[in-house]
Amino acid sequence: MSRAGIAIVGAYEHPTRWAPDKTAYQIAAESARGALEEAGLTLADVDGYACSGVGPIGILSMCHHLNLAPDWFDSTAIGGSSFVAQVLNAAAAIRDGLCTTVLITYGSTAASDRFAVGTGGGTSGDPPDHFEAVYGPTIVGAYAMVAQRHMHEFGTTSEQLAEIAVTMRRHAALNPNAKYRDPMTVDDVLASRIISSPLHLLDCCVISDGGGALVVTSEERAKDLKTAPVRVLGGGVAARHSGVGVRDITDIAARQSGHKAFERTGVRHEDVDLCMIYDSFTITVLSTLENLGFCAPGEGGAFVQGGRIGLGGDLPLNLDGGGLSSNHPGMRGMFLVIEATKQLRGECGDRQVADARVALCHGTGGFLGIRHSGATLLLGRT
Amino acid sequence: MAERPSGKPIPRVDEESKGYWEACRRHELRVQRCRSCRRLRHHPRATCPACLSSDVEWVLCSGRGEVYTFTVTHQNHAPGFRESLPYVLAYVELDEGVQMLTNIVDCSPDDVKIGMKVEVTFEDVTDEIAIPRFRPAS
Repeated sequence: MSRAGIAIVGAYEHPTRWAPDKTAYQIAAESARGALEEAGLTLADVDGYACSGVGPIGILSMCHHLNLAPDWFDSTAIGGSSFVAQVLNAAAAIRDGLCTTVLITYGSTAASDRFAVGTGGGTSGDPPDHFEAVYGPTIVGAYAMVAQRHMHEFGTTSEQLAEIAVTMRRHAALNPNAKYRDPMTVDDVLASRIISSPLHLLDCCVISDGGGALVVTSEERAKDLKTAPVRVLGGGVAARHSGVGVRDITDIAARQSGHKAFERTGVRHEDVDLCMIYDSFTITVLSTLENLGFCAPGEGGAFVQGGRIGLGGDLPLNLDGGGLSSNHPGMRGMFLVIEATKQLRGECGDRQVADARVALCHGTGGFLGIRHSGATLLLGRT
Repeated sequence: MAERPSGKPIPRVDEESKGYWEACRRHELRVQRCRSCRRLRHHPRATCPACLSSDVEWVLCSGRGEVYTFTVTHQNHAPGFRESLPYVLAYVELDEGVQMLTNIVDCSPDDVKIGMKVEVTFEDVTDEIAIPRFRPAS
């Protein structure tokens, strides 16, 4: 990369998974404190701000809450991938001189609000919804339809999908903050009840409270800060939907955003030491790996078996335990970037990927089988 | 989106969609075809998403197609659906070539398969609205 370097200099994941005593804004503010403190910065240093999942003009309320008067802001709303995209947006804004130091925050009390994220219903009322909502789509159902088609076309099995959940649980056992840490087997996944066929309860991410924050600035400025900067190499974003009314449902946004990310950064697949892949459901991971090009279409089932995606394997992913076992307050993209940053700094203890130099984050937002976004971000150790 | 007594949402009929819902009320399944680029499209839109032309016609469909993918929904907390579990959510590919999100009805959810031949059936839910769903082809 010859362009001016941009770095993540603060990354803080709120340890809470259950916070009936806190508000979502409070979790976001506490996370901001954590991320700024580790960089040795204060709110006064923040001149760019991004958040998501806060309502149409909620970013103004967040600015009010944090007493921010930024020169640049961004409330990208493309679902759980938003925060991954916002790192790219922040990098572009800093490069273009629109601001120097961007704070990105997230806070949610989905669990203590008893919000059933994947099966709670609720639609936006946008025009396409009037041709969909009457049929009772759920978030999990939209992903399940991708899994069903994948099984039909490629012979992918429930056992292969379960392997993903089991691997995430193994990683969660190494993360003291993870919501579920007890060992789990493929048989446990298959014995759990079906939520939306072919997906079982344990093919689905947990519902938790939580939040986090990131601080992004120039590498030049990062030299004066406390943390080891993690370089933003680049990335890409994309959307998929049925367009005129025709779609290959196994072709997801990751194909486009991943291709752009590799092309723009010059990173090759074999350079990637670890991945943080949005694991809303097991099928999300399998589809994402195929569409990012780590394996050919249809080969995802075999790819995730045999320990390849576990710590110590060829392509370890979701070392924090992922949404499947660690935390999922509704929009997990934030945690993908935080864990990748900490892995590249070598701070992850028992779950540390040895000598991690390049990490890939991929966020998926929305309803995979209906309309969704993808955001791919490549990060590198400096 | 309004709700009907069962709690399930009732689609909003607007300038872009009224041709579709008026056809459904007559128990006809119609999709749009752009008179400029000849592309079929679903859901209906006033402006062609392929060429941005506003010149449109409504094509009467055979009502036949096959299941492209599906899921048997066992959990949905939304009113109207939580009482209907389990139900089948599916994409049906019409013989005319476009896909639509729908339900597969009039059969056991266990019998639904990808590639299964289906035909449209309408449920009259208000004086204005009939909802197209699909059942195994006769």
